[in-house]
Amino acid sequence: MSGASRSQDGVGAVLGARLRERDLKAAPAALNLLESTAAADREQAAALLREISPAALGGEAPGHVVGITGPPGAGKSTLLSALLKAWRSEGRTVAMLAVDPSSRRSGGSLLGDRARVEFDPKDKEIFIRSTSAGERLGGLAWATRAAAHALAAAFDVVVIETVGVGQAETEVADVADTIAVVVQPGSGDVLQFLKSGIMEIPDVLVVTKADLGQIALSTRRDVSAALRSLGSRDTRVVAVSSLSPPQGIEELIEALDEHRASVDVRERRLRARRANALADFAHEHGERGLRALGGRHAAEQLLAGQDPKLDTAALVATLEEGARR
Amino acid sequence: MSGDHSARLPERDRPWMMRTYAGHSTAKASNELYRRNLAKGQTGLSVAFDLPTQTGYDPDDELARGEVGKVGVPVSHRGDMAALMDGIPLSEMNTSMTINATAAWLLALYIVAAEEQGVTQEHLQGTTQNDIIKEFLARGTYAFPPAASMRLIADMIAYTVEHVPKWNPINICSYHLQEAGATPVQEIAFAMSNAQAVLDAARERVQLAHAGDEQATQKLMEQVFGRISFFVNAGVRFVEEHAKLRAMGVLWEELGRERYGVQNERHLRFRYGVQVNSLGLTEAQPENNVQRIVLEALAVTLGRDARARAIQLPAWNEALGLPRPWDQQWSLRIQQVLAYETDILEYPDIFEGSIVMDGLVAELLEGARAEMAVVAEHGGAVEAVAYMKAALVDSHRERIRRIEAGEQVVVGQNRYAETEESPLTADAEGGILVVDPAVEAQQIEALRAWRAARDQAAVDAALAELAEAAAAPEQSTNLMTATIAAARAGATTGEWSRTLRDVFGSYRAPTGVGEAAAAPADGDLGELRKEVARLQEKLGRRPKILVGKPGLDGHSNGAEQIAVRARDSGMDVVYEGIRLTPAQIAASALQEGVHVIGLSILSGSHRELIPAVIDALHEAGVTAPVVVGGIIPEQDVEGLRQAGVAAVYTPKDFDITRIMRDIVELVGAEGAGGDGAVAAAPVAVAGNGSSANGAA
Repeated sequence: MSGASRSQDGVGAVLGARLRERDLKAAPAALNLLESTAAADREQAAALLREISPAALGGEAPGHVVGITGPPGAGKSTLLSALLKAWRSEGRTVAMLAVDPSSRRSGGSLLGDRARVEFDPKDKEIFIRSTSAGERLGGLAWATRAAAHALAAAFDVVVIETVGVGQAETEVADVADTIAVVVQPGSGDVLQFLKSGIMEIPDVLVVTKADLGQIALSTRRDVSAALRSLGSRDTRVVAVSSLSPPQGIEELIEALDEHRASVDVRERRLRARRANALADFAHEHGERGLRALGGRHAAEQLLAGQDPKLDTAALVATLEEGARR
Repeated sequence: MSGDHSARLPERDRPWMMRTYAGHSTAKASNELYRRNLAKGQTGLSVAFDLPTQTGYDPDDELARGEVGKVGVPVSHRGDMAALMDGIPLSEMNTSMTINATAAWLLALYIVAAEEQGVTQEHLQGTTQNDIIKEFLARGTYAFPPAASMRLIADMIAYTVEHVPKWNPINICSYHLQEAGATPVQEIAFAMSNAQAVLDAARERVQLAHAGDEQATQKLMEQVFGRISFFVNAGVRFVEEHAKLRAMGVLWEELGRERYGVQNERHLRFRYGVQVNSLGLTEAQPENNVQRIVLEALAVTLGRDARARAIQLPAWNEALGLPRPWDQQWSLRIQQVLAYETDILEYPDIFEGSIVMDGLVAELLEGARAEMAVVAEHGGAVEAVAYMKAALVDSHRERIRRIEAGEQVVVGQNRYAETEESPLTADAEGGILVVDPAVEAQQIEALRAWRAARDQAAVDAALAELAEAAAAPEQSTNLMTATIAAARAGATTGEWSRTLRDVFGSYRAPTGVGEAAAAPADGDLGELRKEVARLQEKLGRRPKILVGKPGLDGHSNGAEQIAVRARDSGMDVVYEGIRLTPAQIAASALQEGVHVIGLSILSGSHRELIPAVIDALHEAGVTAPVVVGGIIPEQDVEGLRQAGVAAVYTPKDFDITRIMRDIVELVGAEGAGGDGAVAAAPVAVAGNGSSANGAA
């Protein structure tokens, strides 16, 4: 290690320990580190993640990771404003990752989403971070997954907001405990996506703009019918109106909590960690790397045999070791 | 009959109404200024309100900090309005008020002030600007969401047409669209689409008030149509600009006949007031602005058939800071020379039969009709705000590109830049007005005294009544009655607005930057992208910039262009739009982990707000450098640097790519980021190409 990076020794471990102790003030610096691609930072990031791995925590990170996705104009920002307010009034700490799909012709992006979500800037128990989708190859950017995981160690609720329908909720599924898809009244395309299987069945379906009356009611009915015909009895459909006074927000929070209570979080996250590890490995080493492991199926077998408390980075290391052997 | 008979008018025309957009510090100081201006031959008043009054905050609100009395006069209650109009006979005066979101409130205060003078409302003459769509698009002093804002406008129109019949309840503004970069075609089309949205809303209101009586409804709609006037802009390409006004006249008449069944010729006349272009005024060699203003004034006076009803001219030094009374007098004298010394008022329309003029008008009409159809496809002007905003940001980007490339000549700026030192800016203040910073504290104290002295129970009751009227189902209650009652009871601007915000909810307008097309990576920009890529290697993360507009200033053109160019340079850009508190900016900078912070202020509140933002950043532990852009007088630059600002940019820094290169260098030199610690962020101010007093 060079002299320059030695002076930073321990930054990652310290930040990880602070998050583990639920020190929310560690969040900005932790994310700066996790987003960095500099070699020295990557080492520190790995140290950070080790501090909050299931092994270090003695179990899964306590935060509820909620993925909220939907087409542009569906009313996600207004909904999130109302949700943040409701969560905060219950005393829950909230982190939000807003993933922006901006054009990347120049590599740059305009991250405007946080502007649309209202919150009290003096409230130290809300944390909002915008991230560009970055150079991703399927799935959320590595940094976003790592960030969600790290924040779940410290915050009660971690929201990942993404834009789109079809691919978006599948991507968030790699990291969220609960997926909510937001649609606005009259959006037939979402219905079509659901029926045709382009879109995975979400855990909670939110119909916004309930104040629109009849059209909101009929959308809610159509969505519920479509879900039933697909054999999904578990997906709750919640109608909300963010116009003041907001309606349906409490019911939505209840639906999200109920879903989380009903799933085996340990199992879901374990599956996600193994899938993410495989994706990261494949991204890094390509088909050749997979062949060295004896193919994708063999890799999955190898992962399935590992200690469930290992975090994604440790699983990737295991795969890399396997490929060398 | 001799030829010269038809070439001259039998009698010289009366001149247009001459105004000066004025107001600053306090109601008393502004009243003295108005009386002096009237004594100098000004024929109407044009009231400039400060930003807290325009956006519905009292001087003691957190958001009002640094803005009280800056770009206009603070008016918090009927006492302030009475002081502002003291000794000015409101039965005779024609008063134009640049007020939009809070127009209903300020009109109510004006009505009550007139009552106190013994003048009843049916005698009042004047205009409330009251055009909310252009606030969403360009000027930023909105307070309520679109639907509630349109309702307030319709309520005012319905109220005034019956009770204040000589009042122009709304000025449809194309002025600010041009300031935001609109092409002539966009200016015409967006303004006409806007007018249509307002008239449709008013028609609903009138129908509601006279349910079933079609004849009464049609009669009132004729009157409503006749009371709608426009507030336009005129740039230095004055021949085309004149054609633009003739084209607007054609479209207006068409709209009246075809959509609203108006038959009365008088009501079909396109009536407009004008403030000529501020966007084209330069900070470099500011004396050249006088020529520009004169030529622009010709655009709105030369042809009799499309001549302005009222004119106010900007001052030569608007790109430097707030104009002084002497600067404004110079602009009034331009109008007087034009009206009384030249011969333009002696002839019939001098363009009648001109092939060139008719051709220009036809060309503009064709373009405008096509663009109006696009707005209609979006569902009308209210629904199309995001579309129009993005179109304006794009036009402005193109305009700046042409100036940067030298394709559009700006004398003294991108050509013939060499100059002697100007004696005009040699005084200690740099040739501008500086508002006494003590004004804010005085206003807060006066406001507290007002609140302590009034009948609080009466105020509470009036505001409760207002809330009830606002929440009435189907918007069935006209808000003007409760608003006037609250004004009489002694409520304040902030109280009236908060009552309605509580019912209507708050709103943030689209920023338009997300949709702006990406620039091609050629030339300087291509080089810059490589530099940004190198910086990214060094930082470990993509360079991230926060572009913020602290305070109440809604002139966001400069900030938007900086945001778009930063993205095109390859940076991650956090842009949150207008009206941010220092606490919001600090929270965003911290949470987003930005490497640099760019702040934009054009309202003259930089002396208070920039240090406040820097304090908030320090408190949050953010060390990223700060750069500042805007209308920043030369003599304030050193103070800002001492407060910790890394660089200051003003309208003379028109080359945005160069500003970006500075910022990239600054971030590189700071060596911020990459170590997992909170990145130090520099602060820059963005203010390119728009002037402080373009607030008209």
